[in-house]
Order: sequence, then C-alpha cells, then structure tokens
Amino acid sequence: MIDWIVILQAGVASGTVLLFAAVGEIMAERSGVMNLGIEGMMLIGAMTAYKTAVMLGQPWLGLLFAMLAAGALSLLHAVVTIHFQADQVVSGLAINFVGIGLSMVLGEGLSRAGAVALLPSISVPALSDIPILGPILFTNHNPMTYLGYVLTPAAWFYIHRTRPGLHLRAVGEHPAAADALGINVYRLRYQYVFVGGLLAGLAGGTISLAVSPGWFSELTTSGQGWIAVGLVIFAQWNPWRAAAGAYMFGALRRLILDLQGPQTLLWFANPFYYMPKLGFFLQMLPYALVILILFIGSREALKKRMGAPAALGVPYIRGERGM
Amino acid sequence: MSAPKWLPALTSIGSLIVAFIIGGVVIAIAGGNPFATYAHLIKAAFGDIGVFNDTLVKASPLILVGLACALAFRMKLWNIGAEGQFFLGAWGASAVVLAPLLPRDTPGVIMIPAMMLAGFVCGALWGLIPGLLKAKFNVNEIITTLMMNYIAVSWVLFWVFGEWSESGFQMSPMFPRNTWLPRLTDYAAQIPQFAGLTLHLGILFGVIASVVVWFIISRSRWGYEIRLIGDNKQAARYAGVNIVRNTVLMMMVSGGIAGLAGMAEIAGVVHRLQGAISNNYGFTGIIIAWLAKLNPFAVILVSVLFGGLIQAGREIQPSGVPRMLQGIILFCVIASDVLLRYRIRIERRIERRIERL
Repeated sequence: MIDWIVILQAGVASGTVLLFAAVGEIMAERSGVMNLGIEGMMLIGAMTAYKTAVMLGQPWLGLLFAMLAAGALSLLHAVVTIHFQADQVVSGLAINFVGIGLSMVLGEGLSRAGAVALLPSISVPALSDIPILGPILFTNHNPMTYLGYVLTPAAWFYIHRTRPGLHLRAVGEHPAAADALGINVYRLRYQYVFVGGLLAGLAGGTISLAVSPGWFSELTTSGQGWIAVGLVIFAQWNPWRAAAGAYMFGALRRLILDLQGPQTLLWFANPFYYMPKLGFFLQMLPYALVILILFIGSREALKKRMGAPAALGVPYIRGERGM
Repeated sequence: MSAPKWLPALTSIGSLIVAFIIGGVVIAIAGGNPFATYAHLIKAAFGDIGVFNDTLVKASPLILVGLACALAFRMKLWNIGAEGQFFLGAWGASAVVLAPLLPRDTPGVIMIPAMMLAGFVCGALWGLIPGLLKAKFNVNEIITTLMMNYIAVSWVLFWVFGEWSESGFQMSPMFPRNTWLPRLTDYAAQIPQFAGLTLHLGILFGVIASVVVWFIISRSRWGYEIRLIGDNKQAARYAGVNIVRNTVLMMMVSGGIAGLAGMAEIAGVVHRLQGAISNNYGFTGIIIAWLAKLNPFAVILVSVLFGGLIQAGREIQPSGVPRMLQGIILFCVIASDVLLRYRIRIERRIERRIERL
C-alpha cells in the first residue's frame, strides 16, 4: 500500500534541498545576476560535505566546507559576470561544467568510503504529537529540514520588509537608480551571488549527508539543481512559492519510488509493478512537470505583467546610460 | 573600428593554454602528476594513426553537435538540449531498423538516408517542443531544453529495456550490416593502410554540415535574420523579422543537426541502441561552440581537440579530468572575451577624443 504520510515526510526532507537552492538563486537573481550553475555548485557541495565527513568524521564541518566550496565557485561566476560583463548564461553553464568536473576529480573513490558520520535525525518533542502534521513535519527529520522551515519566512521577510532587502530589489530592478542613491551595486551583487552559492552548497551537503547519503558522482544531484532554477521562475522570485514548489517536487520524488512497489494500486493491478519498463515514464515525470510549471508560470507572468527583476542578466556598467 | 580577425583566435588559444595550466594545478592538488597526465593525454589522443583514428571517431558527433549549438547561439537561443536531441536522433534512426519502418534487407543506399532523415526529424521534433514554448509563451528555453535531455534518456531506456531489448539485456540487438555507415577499414582490401581504421562517413556529415551552416549564417537571407535577432532582438522586430517563426525554425534545425549526430553515432560506431551512446557529447557541444567563437569551421578544429580529450580521458585517473578540463576551458574562454571587449572600448574612447579635437 502507498503510505502518504511517509511520502510527504520524505518529500519535506528532499524538498528542503530544492528549497535551499531555489532561495539562494532567488537572492542572486533578485540582485540581477542569474546563476545557472546551481547544479554544479550543489554537486561540489555534496562532494565536499561527504569528503569532509569521510576524512574528519565531522558532518557539521562538512556542511560548512560545502557552503564555502560552492560559495567560492559562485564568486568565480560573480567576477566574470559582474566585472568582466560576460554573458551570465554561458558563465553559469561554465560553472556547471567546472563544478561537475571538479567534484568528479576530487570525489574519486569516495563512493567506496564505507560507514560515514551523517547528520542526526531529530523529532521535535511536543509538535511531533500533532496528528498527521506531526509525523510529516516534525518527526525524524534532519536538522536542515527544520532550518528550511525558518529559511522561507526569513528570506521573504528579508526581501520584502527590510532595508537591505529593499536595496537588493533596487539593484536588481534599476541599478542605475540604486547607484545614484549611493548603493554599491557591484558589492551587493557580489554578496548575493555568494549567498546563492552558499545555499547551493548547503543544498548539496544536505543531499550527501542526510537526504540520500553517499557520493554517486553526477547522480548525487541528478538534475535537482536545474529543477531549482526552474522553480525560481515558477515562483516568480518569491520564497513562499518556491517553498511550495520545492516540497511538492520532493514528495513527487518519493512518490515515484513508492508507486513501483505495491502489487495493487487503488484496487487495480499496479501497471508499474507488472511492467517495470513503465517506470521510465515515472522517472520523466519531475522533468516534464518542470516544463509544465514553467509554462503555467510564464502565462501567469504575461497576464499579470509580472516577471523577472528588470535588470536580470544585464551587466551594470557605471556611467553608461540606461539600465 | 573592429578588432583584427586574428584576435578572437588568439584569445581562444591563450585561454586554452591558461585552462590547461589551471587544470594541471588541480590535478596536482588531487594527487596526480599533471605533466604525466598531459603527456599521456597527447599520446593517447594524437600519438599514432590508430589513436588519432579513434580521436576523429569521437570528433564526428562533436562537430555536428557543436554546429547545432553554434547555430542556435548565434541567434542567442540557448539550446542546451543537444544531448537530448542526440538521443532522440539515435532513437529515430534505430526505429527505422528495429520497428522496423523498412524491411531488414533494404539496401544501404536507401536504408542509410532513411535513418538520417529519421534522426534529423526526431531531433527536430525534440527541439520543436521547447521552440514552440519559447516562441509562443516565452517559456525559458534553457530550462526546457535541459529538462528534455533527462526525458530523452528515459525515453530511450524505456525502449531499450522493453520493446527493443535483446533477450532482457539493456540494449537492442545488433543492427544488420546494411545499416552501418561505411568505414575506412571496409576498404582495406583496396587500400591496405586502412585496415583497422574505424573512421566512418559521419565525419563527412560534419564537414558538409559546417559548410552548410557557414553558408546559412554568412551568405543567406535567413542567416541575416538570425544575426539580426542575435545582435538586437528589438531592432529585428522593428525591421519586420518574424521572431516567432525564426525561433521555432531554429530550434528545429538545431535539434535536427544534433539528431543527425545521434544517428551517425548509432550507424557509424555503436550499431545498436543502448543507454550509453553519448560521452556527454551534447554538453561538450556547448563548450565547442563557444571556444570556436560560433565559427562553423573552427568548430571542426575544436571538435578534433575535444575528441582527443574524450578519447584519451577514458584511461585517465581520476576519471573526471576531461570533464573538469572542459569546464575550465569554457570558463577561461568567456573570461578572455573581456579582452576583446575592452580593446574595442578603448579604441572607441580614443576615437571620441579624436573627434573632439
């Protein structure tokens, strides 16, 4: 039988990964810099975290190093796109390739590491007793999941209700005006690209040390970084919508696994059990769904005249007219 | 005043050198010997006629995929889906043999063009979906093309594990000889030196395609529209260029070329459909296009270089070295682009100063 509580619980855990990456990307894109290198940064984060845990037995230190490693990679993107005014799409792709390649080189042999100290599982005392929500949200989760609960409102509040958040939006919407007000456009963009890198690294570390522990080279992230980039567009750069999408995709990941288990499905013979090759269509599902939500998101953006931060993808050159 | 013609080539070569230096440092950090690694790379890719043959075999799909990317990128259309279009092209070509769309004993002169057509059409259809979404609904093509890659791999696996599986193995049965692209070694009876050389007709597809792509971009009316859209979409719209039609058409042509690469790989090298048919060719094509500065003839040269990297990289430890080098190369190339731009800007400033005088 399919246990929906288990699926949702696992969905919250693996959705946290997407949430971190998406919120980080929202920060970067709000400042006007698109970083398509999330997948590569997540991978380098996952590798660094796992390698640290293997070598030093310190998962927490692993998360820290994961963030710094991915952050360093994001700074490369920042230098090339902010100062050298390189195309953000191509630079992001380059970050991806570098991240994937580097983590494959430095992660050589990690997959055979054996037992490793992972992040602990914690249940929140009183809250875990709530029916339905308790087991889904507050039982046997790794600490990062709980951090995710805090991060979403915090990020929203920061972007929409604080002064630095206002500056962040200004830099992404109209850098020249922000500059005229004395906001240092370059410095802010560096900062938020770095924040995006840190969070992507954290997302990667969360995968390899908690959600699906281990190092499986490229398969460790298996496109989740790209799903996160898609989520940002679907979310219209809003952390709440990103969180909703992230948890939904997390649950879908688990649902796909569980759908192939039982012999009957809703009183019928389960086609995925009796014809395993149909499972490949299940595997397509998250990626097809990303295309679908992008389509929905774009239609909505057209209707409501919403959209990306106005200066997204446009390098800022001080003293030039226009954006 | 524009930069001299040799400058882009020089920056590409310079960034290649810098990339290999950086890569060497990383290899040293990872505990390897960069000099030994590079010496091995060169020897295993270009050392003798045998390995050079293998390098060219790897370069054949790369040329086509690189052209597919270069063409789309010229219009600033980010087709990151060449990998998926490659898979669909391979699938389409296989369908001709396995479905079978043509009887098994159809002579090669009919069979192979049919496979080429099927590969091109399937790749084009795979490009059509993101193309339509981009043109009609402004859906970000970078992410849709990328997602289509994952879907394409699952699609091929579905067939390879199911309908077309060879007695439960994860591959189709071997294709009959009439579906194979002619190889040099097939003519060993006439020219003994060709014995053992597996270079196949696919490389000619690439060379011909690069001439065609060059003609399209530089000499045709459509190429003019492509360049106009790539340089300034707004201006192109005002000039009456149909952006919707061009976007869809470009995604289809780009996808079709990548699909042809998949067909050539199936008919020239693998001779069966299976999950592992691409050494990341589709993604490598992106780097090739950029390193070649979107020049169709430079794509051939760069593809040979990257073919060598892939060929030699198979025996190198740690196994990620070629991937890492590719990434660092792309990074150095875009970082070096700033040199071209700064040069232009300085000259402009001088011009302005002269005007003022």
